[in-house]
Amino acid sequence: MLSKKNKEALFNPLSKDNPVLVQILGICSTLAVTASMEPAIVMGISVIAVMALSNVIISFIRKSIPTTIRIIVQLVVVAALVIIVQQFLIAFDYDVSKQLSVFIGLIITNCILMGRLEAFALNNRPWPSFLDGIGNGLGYTIILVIVAAVRELFGSGTLMGFQVIPQWCYDHGYENNGLMILPPMALITVACIIWVHRARNPELMEN
Amino acid sequence: MKFLRKYMDKIQPQFRPGGKLQKLESVYDGMESFLFTPNTTSHSGTHIHDGNDLKRTMITVVVALMPALFFAMYNIGLQHYLAIGQPETPWLTMWTFGLLAMLPVIVVSYVVGLGIEFIGAQIHHKEIQEGFLVTGILIPLIVPINTPLWMVAVATAFAVIFAKEVFGGTGMNIFNVALITRAVLFFGYPSRMSGDEAFVKTDAAFGMGAGTTVDTFSGATPLGQIATNVGDSLSLHNVVGDPITTCDAFMGTIAGSPGETSMVAILVGAAILLVTGVASWRVMCSVFAGGLAMAALAGAFPSPTYPASMLSPWAQLCYGGFAFAAVFMATDPVTGARTRVGQYIYGFLIGVFAILIRIYNGGYPEGAMLAVLLMNAFAPLIDHCVVSFNIKRRMQRAGNKK
Repeated sequence: MLSKKNKEALFNPLSKDNPVLVQILGICSTLAVTASMEPAIVMGISVIAVMALSNVIISFIRKSIPTTIRIIVQLVVVAALVIIVQQFLIAFDYDVSKQLSVFIGLIITNCILMGRLEAFALNNRPWPSFLDGIGNGLGYTIILVIVAAVRELFGSGTLMGFQVIPQWCYDHGYENNGLMILPPMALITVACIIWVHRARNPELMEN
Repeated sequence: MKFLRKYMDKIQPQFRPGGKLQKLESVYDGMESFLFTPNTTSHSGTHIHDGNDLKRTMITVVVALMPALFFAMYNIGLQHYLAIGQPETPWLTMWTFGLLAMLPVIVVSYVVGLGIEFIGAQIHHKEIQEGFLVTGILIPLIVPINTPLWMVAVATAFAVIFAKEVFGGTGMNIFNVALITRAVLFFGYPSRMSGDEAFVKTDAAFGMGAGTTVDTFSGATPLGQIATNVGDSLSLHNVVGDPITTCDAFMGTIAGSPGETSMVAILVGAAILLVTGVASWRVMCSVFAGGLAMAALAGAFPSPTYPASMLSPWAQLCYGGFAFAAVFMATDPVTGARTRVGQYIYGFLIGVFAILIRIYNGGYPEGAMLAVLLMNAFAPLIDHCVVSFNIKRRMQRAGNKK
């Protein structure tokens, strides 16, 4: 079940082959949904679900997809799954689905998804494809949550909606940084994470 | 001086490789070249030597900023004593109050900025560059006097690291570091950067000059008043409610960020920069030309919806940070355009955008900062277009002669 190759498919995307940090994919949603943690986590879970299932489905039918129309087939599969996720969210977590607005729908165009379908699911059996989808989804979610935690902590003084920075600090002149809530700070936060990540993994540095 | 030279020579071996303090080599080199002329010169080939190095350029800019700085200190005191109802205070007391009020900001800006530069130089084993000398004095001049010191520290650190060090340090930055500091404060802590409480210091500075404000006190800057103006005519007043004219703005006895208020002091600085040839007159003049053109255009269609359009073009130049940005920010040789034609375009567009934002964007009563930052981003593109156009033109000329 978990051979060496499967383990790599599952665990490599968490750090050494992280879709956001190393391949710089999926940046658009990282900018848009990371102002606070709750939508970031929901977004992450949605992407994990869609990515794992679409990887499996494409992997099952990989031999019968004509190469010339494979992108369209992939899009149809992903779109169907995304709509299911979207309806699920509207039904069970309406407030968060309102916050995420179009970005759930835009999972369809998430670069990581298409990338994994093209690069992995089309050439591998369903089980490794499933693990690859979970791994890449998790790698994406981890970054999303870290960025959201930094932005929510310094931008609103809260984590998951709970006040973290004590009132004492505000009484002594501390103020939340409004810039953290604005999208540019998501880019800079991601850049800082990449900076740290590259510094710890020198083999990833470009010349 | 001889004593100093001897002392520096004596401690030098400790900083060279193998010495006890070799990790601080760049600090030693920095101090030595700060105190003495570097004595390392090229030995072969023909070289043209000029006494004007980076350090001297930077010091010239700092000297040019001095009139604005000294006037800023006086004006901070003046606004303070006006606000607490003691306008008869002698000017020296006012100036001392302003000095005490500004000193902490200057110290914080230099300590944080130079500290990061020193650390960066140590990590990369590079020489310490002098770039922060100017930035460190610009920051206190463009940040409202009531900004808490820790905010200044945070913004300075952010700007030095993300706008300068990550691009490679002095001379490599894309955006003006001092303006990035202000932009971080502006977007991060908007309530501290505009409105009634940002620009006039009403509490004591080191125990000096506290008092209760007079009833008619309002700390809004003239541009802040214009932004909220209602009706067909503008009525501008100073901090205690007396009407002010463009002449006051020209002299600089109005509320505002410390360095920006006095057109006179800024023009003296501009003269120093132009006479010494440190700043580009092309940029400086074209900023004013662009501002005048846009102000005249907007002034031709005055409308109560956009109250700032009712100001005369001349007044547009005097109020707010326009002149300061034109003289000290737009002329930054690192972040601006470098080709001659490019400098005209770059400066003109800064002037146009500064007035455009000020008049037609209700959210920002002053647009000089955003205009300079915007054009910083476009400066390389302008240069590229100018250069490639020139190449194309000359290619064509060469082709025609055949």
